[in-house]
Formats: sequence, structure tokens, C-alpha cells
Amino acid sequence: MAEIAIRNVTKTFHDRARARDILAVDTVNLTIADHDFVCLLGPSGCGKSTLLNMIAGFEKPSTGSIEVGGARVERPGADRGVVFQQPTLMPWLDVADNVAFHLKLKGVRRRGRREQAQSFIDLVGLTGFERHFPSELSGGMNQRVGIARALLMNPRVILMDEPFAALDAQTKMEMQEELVRIWERIRCTIVFVTHSVDEALVLGSRIAVMTRRPGRIRDDFAFDLPRPRDVTSPAFNDAKRRILSLIRDEAATARRAA
Amino acid sequence: MQTVSQSLPGGARVAVRQAWLERGRSRLERLAVPVLLLAGWEVIARSGYLPPSLLPPPTAVLHALGDWTLGIDGTTQDYSGTWARHALSSTWRVLVGFGLAALAGIAIGTAIGWSRSVEKAIEPTLQMLRPIPPVSWIPLAIIWFGIADKPAIFLVFLGAFFPILMNTIHGVRTIDRNLVRAASMMGASERQLLWNVVVPAALPSISAGLRIAIGSAWMLTVTAEMVAVKSGVGYVLWDSYYFLRYDMVIAAMVSIGLLGYLSDWAIKGLMGRVLRWQRTTTVHGREG
Repeated sequence: MAEIAIRNVTKTFHDRARARDILAVDTVNLTIADHDFVCLLGPSGCGKSTLLNMIAGFEKPSTGSIEVGGARVERPGADRGVVFQQPTLMPWLDVADNVAFHLKLKGVRRRGRREQAQSFIDLVGLTGFERHFPSELSGGMNQRVGIARALLMNPRVILMDEPFAALDAQTKMEMQEELVRIWERIRCTIVFVTHSVDEALVLGSRIAVMTRRPGRIRDDFAFDLPRPRDVTSPAFNDAKRRILSLIRDEAATARRAA
Repeated sequence: MQTVSQSLPGGARVAVRQAWLERGRSRLERLAVPVLLLAGWEVIARSGYLPPSLLPPPTAVLHALGDWTLGIDGTTQDYSGTWARHALSSTWRVLVGFGLAALAGIAIGTAIGWSRSVEKAIEPTLQMLRPIPPVSWIPLAIIWFGIADKPAIFLVFLGAFFPILMNTIHGVRTIDRNLVRAASMMGASERQLLWNVVVPAALPSISAGLRIAIGSAWMLTVTAEMVAVKSGVGYVLWDSYYFLRYDMVIAAMVSIGLLGYLSDWAIKGLMGRVLRWQRTTTVHGREG
């Protein structure tokens, strides 16, 4: 069953300073199945975050349509959990209150909020930090809070916008492993935006490679290497070679065009 | 301190003691200027160089203040022992005017900062009213509200409203838009966004506005009491001036300073509690 259906979506931004329109996303068609872990891979500024923001409902497509779970996306909603590039936590709330923010909006009492939050705090490995404020935690820990917050809403889809980009290599690896573990347990649909080929190949059950702006889907393939994935295995490297040659092609075309 | 020094080796213990002495000395340095000033004032006032009625010595001010508060020997005549009553009426006016200004300033400021259409509708009018000094409203305040608490509260409101308003607008406009996105992703309605995200995120800026506002609230209470009210510390100050009791004038000034300082301290303490998430420093460091 198609969980997310993106049909002929384009997005143009108006550049007011230069009085012209910029095409950021060009005719993207993408159907994402239930329980897929899709990595949207592309260079910076290729429109992959714009595409994600449109699925989240933060931005509207200029043309085309996006459906999640059969319903057209019109605005942000709790059926689509978003994990941002920066943790984007409420700095005045402690970890437990941040994780349970969605429940507070629904009017759940404090006790119920704390109880439900606890299992997700445990899930992301932050047991014991319930009462800490975001300013007291490291970047990686805050990002875990952001993930727990998205998971607690029990959304159909989780949208992640380069959530590990600001972390150091070691923390990034830990978080990637943990995310895969959580995804295998909860079996939600994840759309994960990244510019790192390795990250996409470590995480994704499907990889969609985007071109430079205006963003188009250049390649799109299922990647079912067993987990945990060995980043030195031949199969991993084959896939990496495939993507890298694509990127090189792309760069060459761009140079010719310029 | 003791537990620290016990667990330290000898050299460090000496260092701790030196830090102590250092702190004591810096405290003395802070006290030196005010003590010298008071002593000099006392000497000049008692030297007979000026008539004692023009510049009463600090001890006479203290005497007046003591009798005014506790009713010791009746040197302040009718005012003997009435300090608490006057201080209370002034404080009441400040609190009511300031409270109303805080409610209105935060509500209207949030609306202006959040919504373009509210901004267009209201802001030009408010910006035209803002440069008019609150004191210049005194005649209208008197003819509208008579001589009592109301004109004073009205003036306090005017003086406190604009700093709170401006700081709230600024705070709301500069919040991290991604926080709003995150909250709407979690299903927040517009009302919930304002109440659960926008106002708390703007609180540091609002709190700066509140602290400026409490200062102007005291300024305007005293001014109003000099002109339009028959009670309060400002009234006592002006009345004593008519009766040439400059010791009482200075005692009233000291009282206003003290009350203003206390209310600022209270607001600072309150905001410090509300904003405790802001000052917490990292305990678990940058381990992650």
C-alpha cells in the first residue's frame, strides 16, 4: 500500500531581491510504501529539504499533490512526525515535557504525560535525564529527544531532515545504529534526507538520488543489504559506486551546461 | 568552603584562604565610597556652612525616617508612625497599574508581533501615542478620574505599558520560527501556539520589559502623588517640601528608592525562577 504518494510536484520560490522565480523542485513523482526507510540523497541546495517540508505540510507544492495515508497534505499534522536538522526543542521545557509536548496539546494530564514519555525516553537511551533542560544536554542527546518526541506521536510517517549532520562521526554512527534498531522495532515509514552517500546506504531500505537544482529524482532503487550493514562489504561498495558514478555524471553535465 | 579546603592539599588551602581575604578586601573597597560620602555630608551639614534646614545631616534624615516608620518621638508630627500606610498606598498603585500594563502589554504585544493584520491595524496608533510623556496626561487624568487612586493608576499604566509592549513585540518577532514549526507538526492550534510556544519563547525579552516598566511605574506613582493624590510616599515628599521639612523630603526619597529597589528585586527573582532554563549551565558537558 502506498503510504506517501508524491505526484508531479514542483516548487518555485520567488526571489524578491532579484525579481525572478527559482525552480527548486522539478516534477517529482515518488511513491513510498508502508514501512519503507527511504533516503533522499542529494547535494546541498538540491531541493530535498523542500520536498520534505512539503510532505510535512510546512510548504505547499506549486503544482502537483502529496498524499499521506490517502489524505492530501494541506498543513502540518501529528500524523507526520518531523525530526529537524537542529533539535528544535522548547528550551523552557525539560526532556520529559519536550517528549510529551504533543500530549500536552491534546490535554493529557501531567501524570499520564510523564508515564507515556518515559517509555520513549528509555527507547532512545536517555533514562535518568528526564528533568534536564535542553541547554544541559549535548547535541546528540538533544537530537535523541527530538526523535523520541516524534515517535511518541505514533505517526504514520517520520520525516527526518539531516538530523545527524551536526554530530561528530562517532555519535553519528551510534545514532544511525540506534535509529535502525528503533525502525526495526516500531516499523514506521521513514523519509530521511541526507547528502551523505554512506549515511543513505547504512540506513535506507530504498535510496532516491536527487539531481542538483532544480531537484529531480535521478535514480531510485531498493537496497536490501542485511543489517547490521558492513560498510566494507562488496555489496555496499557496489551500491556506493553506482551512486558515485551517477553524481560524477551529473557534475560533468553541470559543467558542460555552464 | 570548609569541605573544599579539607580535601585540598596544603598549597591549595592557602590559595583558598587568599581568595577569602581577596573577597573581603573587595567588599571593603565597595563600601569605601558610600561611607566617605555619608561622612562628608554629615560633616558639611554640621559645620554651619549651610543653614541646617537646607541640608539636613544624614543622622537627622535617619531620625525622621525612624519616627516616620515607628513613631518614636513625634519629630515628624502628623506623619509620625504613618510610613507603612503611605508606603502601602504607593505600592498598591504601582502594583495595580503595573499589573494592568503587564496584562495589556503582553497580550497586545503578542498579537502585534504575531499577526501582520493586527500590526497594521494597531501599531501606528500606539507608536503615535508612545512619544507623549505619560506625565503630560496628568491634567486629563485628573479631570477624568478625579483626585484619588485612579489617576495615579492610570499614569502608572501609561508609563509601564509601552516598555512591556515594545519588548513583547520584539521578543515575539525574534523567536525561532522552527519552534513554531515543531509545535504545529505536533498538532498545535493557533491558540496553543501562542500560549505554549510564542509567549514562553518571548519571555526573556518580556522580562526585560517588565524590569524597565517597574522603574517607570514608581516614577509615575510618585509624580502622580505629588499632584493628584492625597496619600502615598510621593505626597508626603511634596507636603514636607511645603512645610520646609527637608529631612522628611530626603527620608521620602530614600523610601522611594528602597521600595523601587525591592520591587525590582522581586521581579528579578520571579523572572529568574520562571526563566531558570536559561541560566542552567551544562553539567554533562559536550560529551555527545
